[in-house]
Amino acid sequence: MSGRMLAGGEFVCESLQAEGVDLVFGVPGGAILPLYDHILKYPSIHHVLTRHEQGAAHAADGYARATGKVGVCIATSGPGAINLAVGLGTSFMDSTPIVAITGQVTRPAIGKDAFQETDVTGVTIPVTKHNYLVLSATDIPRVMKEAFHIARSARPGPVLVDLPRDVLQEIDEFTGYPETVDDLPGFRPITHPDPIQVEAAAELINSAKRPVILAGRGVLVAQAEKELQELAEKAQIPVIPTLLGIGSFPGNHYLYLSLMGMHGSAFANLVVDECDLLVNVGSRFDDRIIGRVADFAPNAKIVHLNIDRSAIHQNVFADAPVIGDAKNSLKALLPQVDKQTRTEWLSRVDDLRREHPLVVRDFDGKPSTQYVIKRIHELTNGKAFIVTGVGQHQMWAAQHYVTDRPNSFITSGGLGTMGYEVPAAMGAQMGMPDEQVWSICGDAGFQMTLQELATIRDEKAPVKFAIMNNFHHGMVRQWQTLFYDKRYSQIDTTGPDFVKLAEAYGMLGIRVEDVKDVDSAIKRAQDHDGPVIVDFLVEIDELVYPMIPAGQSVNEMVEDPWTQQQPLGTVAR
Amino acid sequence: MTMRRVISALVHDRPGVLNRVASMFRRRGFNIASLTVGHSEKPEFSRMTIVVDNVPESALWQVTSQLWNVVDVVEVMDITDEDYVARETALIKVRANQENRGHIVEILDLFRGAEVVSVSPSTVILEITGPTEQVESLLALLEPYGILELMRTGLVALTKDEEVPQDGEFRGPALVGAPSQRR
Repeated sequence: MSGRMLAGGEFVCESLQAEGVDLVFGVPGGAILPLYDHILKYPSIHHVLTRHEQGAAHAADGYARATGKVGVCIATSGPGAINLAVGLGTSFMDSTPIVAITGQVTRPAIGKDAFQETDVTGVTIPVTKHNYLVLSATDIPRVMKEAFHIARSARPGPVLVDLPRDVLQEIDEFTGYPETVDDLPGFRPITHPDPIQVEAAAELINSAKRPVILAGRGVLVAQAEKELQELAEKAQIPVIPTLLGIGSFPGNHYLYLSLMGMHGSAFANLVVDECDLLVNVGSRFDDRIIGRVADFAPNAKIVHLNIDRSAIHQNVFADAPVIGDAKNSLKALLPQVDKQTRTEWLSRVDDLRREHPLVVRDFDGKPSTQYVIKRIHELTNGKAFIVTGVGQHQMWAAQHYVTDRPNSFITSGGLGTMGYEVPAAMGAQMGMPDEQVWSICGDAGFQMTLQELATIRDEKAPVKFAIMNNFHHGMVRQWQTLFYDKRYSQIDTTGPDFVKLAEAYGMLGIRVEDVKDVDSAIKRAQDHDGPVIVDFLVEIDELVYPMIPAGQSVNEMVEDPWTQQQPLGTVAR
Repeated sequence: MTMRRVISALVHDRPGVLNRVASMFRRRGFNIASLTVGHSEKPEFSRMTIVVDNVPESALWQVTSQLWNVVDVVEVMDITDEDYVARETALIKVRANQENRGHIVEILDLFRGAEVVSVSPSTVILEITGPTEQVESLLALLEPYGILELMRTGLVALTKDEEVPQDGEFRGPALVGAPSQRR
């Protein structure tokens, strides 16, 4: 078999092309220059020049979550590569498939403290699923094939490929992109569950009186939404999504409960407190969900479906673990699960829902963040793609942006990366050009990555930014209010005039100071065919409720004091 | 409850693999008591025996599972509770002169797999190969003479199992753990 003589950089481009990659995000630099020289010859690969490598990593992540495809980001050696790290960490925690390509100093210079040299494979071990330092151009196609395979298989995650400059320049024979992954004996996703485990899980489900399902991102990754709904309906089990599982179960379904955990709805938390079986499908029992382990679902047996064996027993002991992908596991469970009615339990769930509603509180004049999110939800019919930052607005968005669209709620859950919202929204929008993408931001997080506004302008990505501007690190302020006796330390994040900033980037800027202008601003943003920044000046004294303080249990849950004062039944959900 | 665990792993013979494995333990703050790595029966793989102290019982499953998740790790087995043989070698440099050298040799005669490998006017270097307890009892007996330098290899272990694990096999602690693992 004879092939073409190509340079290492071309090996990379050929590999990307063979993987069907049409969009990559990156920033060039010395060590990666040979790749950037060759990428010009591959017009099918659209390269988005972000203004910072963190932006490239988050954009690839947003793209990957919205589309379900592998996101690709590129950076040069040293600072470029390390700048990707927070993005890789974000993707790693939230199981997003990413292939990161980094330049490295030449092979003879490695280890000699060369200019812009960092041990990138060393630095990224804890934030990648796997990584490679490639020492020969002929290895590139195999490594790229493995990288894509590992990134997207089992529990997805980021894989980094580090390429020395002289490897990218090395000319060798390119004999084609491998069709299969042949030599990865150490990577063996368990996709199909063990029938014995399935049987044990089915038995627990059939004998439960008050079961509840916790649905995580694993459902979305395995595209098991239909099977999840079948299980819930057949056995009449209410479903609570995790933050990353929003969209895995229709939000308008009668069995749908709201989020649980630290800022979950009170009724969902109370349902879990009373349940006698919790079926976790595709999530890892984050500490923000369980609080104090000893008091979490105290009366419940645990069925845990997860493709990652290390997630089993990690935080909560599973009485019936099922290792496998969510779709295959649910498919195997379904025939063994009895049809039930559960009238009593479901009416108890409804009572809790009625007695502890999630409310949208309003203030005079200034809009509340909750109200703005509720109006965005209503004016987009719950059909928009939502990308959020991290903090109060994120929790309110999760509470109030109820949706039935898989993969449409995109947020940094595990790592809680502020600044994710700007580049990730661009990535999601570029992956889903026909969808309306709303980036719900805080003013503090927005300022962490706002340099990507230039990229968004260049790419004409019509993202609608809704900045919930309270001039503060809102969640930090909330914790200082509640747990540090209002000793406010370093939380003033007053930024630039965001309307002028929008104009400086050639975007439409709108400021909203009064609750009566919220709707018209949202509609104006929707009608504008380019990117928009809406600066909502929101109430600062609004706290996210309910709240279970970190490491505590539902017994310590604090509900909104304002709600408590309202007569029962007068507060709308 | 914490305990000492013996883990056996088959890993790719590649640069960086040791780093990935060690990183897994470092992250959790588990101290590696010993880690021995060398060629295995397959040319592309090395075998590791890892002895870890202070692993809480509740973390056992996770330690082996997370190791198993490392792409360069092909097999993982927590062999602590299995039937296995384990040996280590120690080289011990002891102060010894004409008067007491004979005593030291007498002590050595009490141990299987122990011998003198080097002699100088004021020191001897002894070698012992055996289970950890044997190495440690020899060391205790030599202590009064003055141990100048000590080099222990750490444990190497193989299970007595007649069934050789297939590539990719995982034998961690039982999936449904002991009742003490329950909340």
